[in-house]
Amino acid sequence: MTFETILFYVLALAGIVSALLVITRRNPMHAALFLIVNFVALAGIYLTLHAQFVAITQVLVYAGAIMVLVLFVIMLLNLQNEQDLFEKRSWRSYSGPILSLLLLALLLRTVAFVSGGSFDRISPESERIGTVANIGQQLFTAFVFPFEMASLLLLAAMVGAVILAKKRFP
Amino acid sequence: MIPISHYLILSAVMFTIGCAGVLTRRNAIIIFMCIELMLNSVNLTFVAFSAYLGDSAGQIIVFFVMAVAAAEAAVGLAIVLALFRNKKSVDINDVNILKW
Repeated sequence: MTFETILFYVLALAGIVSALLVITRRNPMHAALFLIVNFVALAGIYLTLHAQFVAITQVLVYAGAIMVLVLFVIMLLNLQNEQDLFEKRSWRSYSGPILSLLLLALLLRTVAFVSGGSFDRISPESERIGTVANIGQQLFTAFVFPFEMASLLLLAAMVGAVILAKKRFP
Repeated sequence: MIPISHYLILSAVMFTIGCAGVLTRRNAIIIFMCIELMLNSVNLTFVAFSAYLGDSAGQIIVFFVMAVAAAEAAVGLAIVLALFRNKKSVDINDVNILKW
């Protein structure tokens, strides 16, 4: 067992446990904090795959920007009746996990097909393709049109968010 | 070396947990966080295939997924805010005006 292998299993366990805590905590604030733990664990897993750029972006965009927004909204709403929101049992609380387990069985059946060949070890190319230099070079040559479209999407989302959250809804 | 199936199994388990959260919880903000969880598990699949096949396209797609997730976060939370202002609640069972 190399250090990388041990690191992967530790981070995978942390990711799964924190994900379970996200969906079981009653307090949305606790759920959001465990979601940050999950994002940081995922960033570590990206590093075991030599994806430096994705790992940094994960921490900056997800654990940074998006979760700050979520925590800000949770604090702004100041929910007090969350307790009885969770208490009421209904058919959802039983059918949801059952349907999810069926989905898991389906996904694992699909994963069983993926093995052998180049899927047994990380490609030696991966150390080169995960760097910021390579991703940036690809983004501004082969993927320049989707890149510009992403900026338009973010502009539209920004305008939409401002309009939606305005005090007087038109 | 870790075979790719371990990454894919981790991703499948995390996606399922997120899906269970969306189906069972009734707090709109928690459902929102569960959707982020599902988006992240799919990102893990993209990065794993990218690293094992030696193709950078997977990591570029993760970049675009993150851009879409950021846009979704901004608009989604604005909708939750507008909803709370009108209904004084974030329980999705209270939001049924489009229900026939």
